[in-house]
Amino acid sequence: MTMVYEDRGDDAAGAVPMRRIKFTINGEKKVAEVEPRLLLSHLIRRGVGLTGTHMGCDTTNCGACTVLVDGQAVKSCTMLAVQVDGRAVETVEGLAAASELHPLQEGFKQEHGLQCGFCTPGMMMAAKALLARNPDPTEEEVRWALSGNLCRCTGYQNIVKSVLWAAAKLRSE
Amino acid sequence: MYPSRFRYEAPHSLDEAIGLLHDGGDYAKVLAGGQSLVPLMKLRFASPELVVDINNIPGLGYHRADPDGTLRIGALCRHAELERSDLLKGTQPAMAAAAPLIADPIVRNRGTLVGSLCHADPQGDWASVVLSLGGSVVAQGPSGRRMIPLAEFVLGPFENALRPDEIAVEAVIPPAKGARAGGYLKLERRVGDFATVGVAVSVETSGETVTRAGIALTGVGGATIAATEAAQALVGKPLSAESIGTAADLAAAAAQPRTDHRGSAEYKRHMVRTFVERILSRSDHAAERAA
Repeated sequence: MTMVYEDRGDDAAGAVPMRRIKFTINGEKKVAEVEPRLLLSHLIRRGVGLTGTHMGCDTTNCGACTVLVDGQAVKSCTMLAVQVDGRAVETVEGLAAASELHPLQEGFKQEHGLQCGFCTPGMMMAAKALLARNPDPTEEEVRWALSGNLCRCTGYQNIVKSVLWAAAKLRSE
Repeated sequence: MYPSRFRYEAPHSLDEAIGLLHDGGDYAKVLAGGQSLVPLMKLRFASPELVVDINNIPGLGYHRADPDGTLRIGALCRHAELERSDLLKGTQPAMAAAAPLIADPIVRNRGTLVGSLCHADPQGDWASVVLSLGGSVVAQGPSGRRMIPLAEFVLGPFENALRPDEIAVEAVIPPAKGARAGGYLKLERRVGDFATVGVAVSVETSGETVTRAGIALTGVGGATIAATEAAQALVGKPLSAESIGTAADLAAAAAQPRTDHRGSAEYKRHMVRTFVERILSRSDHAAERAA
């Protein structure tokens, strides 16, 4: 990704350590030149241009920036972009097929699992990791799995219902 | 928020990593789970010149028991693996109780027990648990390995005993000499918050008699507190309401809580007493999720 630096007439910009990384995002192969201090969330949003991954608190609390790295849910504001070299990243944009919503997206629609929608991508990615590990979770297990994702609108009830709806749909497929 | 500029290396062997640290000196940091280091770097509380990412070093993600029962936890063993570990559920009640209480589930996918010990946050949960079990950290440097008891490893808030060119490669929990019981209870305002109060208790019994006990406290002082006198009050006799009460009082006396936004000093001290009693009085010492 293109980075622009202040030219202060010194060698600082020339001394910027850059690394070339290769990764896949939602199945597409990518190569990027990144500075080590670039966060994964910024690589996704500004480098790749996928803005479905939201930046909420930027302090590892809210979980809005949750993505999957090699299938595991991580807070992308708390991982360096260089760390996904050779790995597979999945974001909310990877959920839907061309004309069909993912059962999680459908579930959030059916059960009214979102209001403002800011936390939703993170909720869905955390839920996707849960359902991959545990296709038939109890309500308690859903609540526990989403406890690293904050929602300030819904009170969580409908989010939990949405995930259970998606789990049932996925099991029936 | 961005970290300040640093050089990044991701070596594939421990020797290489130690070499990089040796050359990097005081301004190098080891990156394992990154769930404390990356936020600190973003807030500019830490501005290392060199970050040595050990995530590509194979063979550090284990946790296993030796034939004699010694438990070894590698530097890249994530909290989530410990949370799902049958080995811990069967043999390490305090650890099994603590694992699901570390931060939140997504942080637990990345964060590591060894990293948590190195971070030495007075509000970190693992240090209390490992301290209650008499555990140690294995440090590897250019001249080999050394084992540092946790009581000597944590020097103070956010300060550990590692030399600049050493990596904490493993945590070690000694085997129980009899049956092991115990637990970890944590009072937190919400999931993922730091402990308002955390109490780790580990006891070993031979027959009815307690042969070893450890009690350690989280969040009620400038560093993790070993409540040694409280633990000693349990040893050499069967657990009884009287010995438990004495230990709980002594543990509360060992706490050095301060009044802050999480609660008053009196309240925190009271919770230390309550938690010690609760862990030791429970007939079922299985993992308990929340206080």
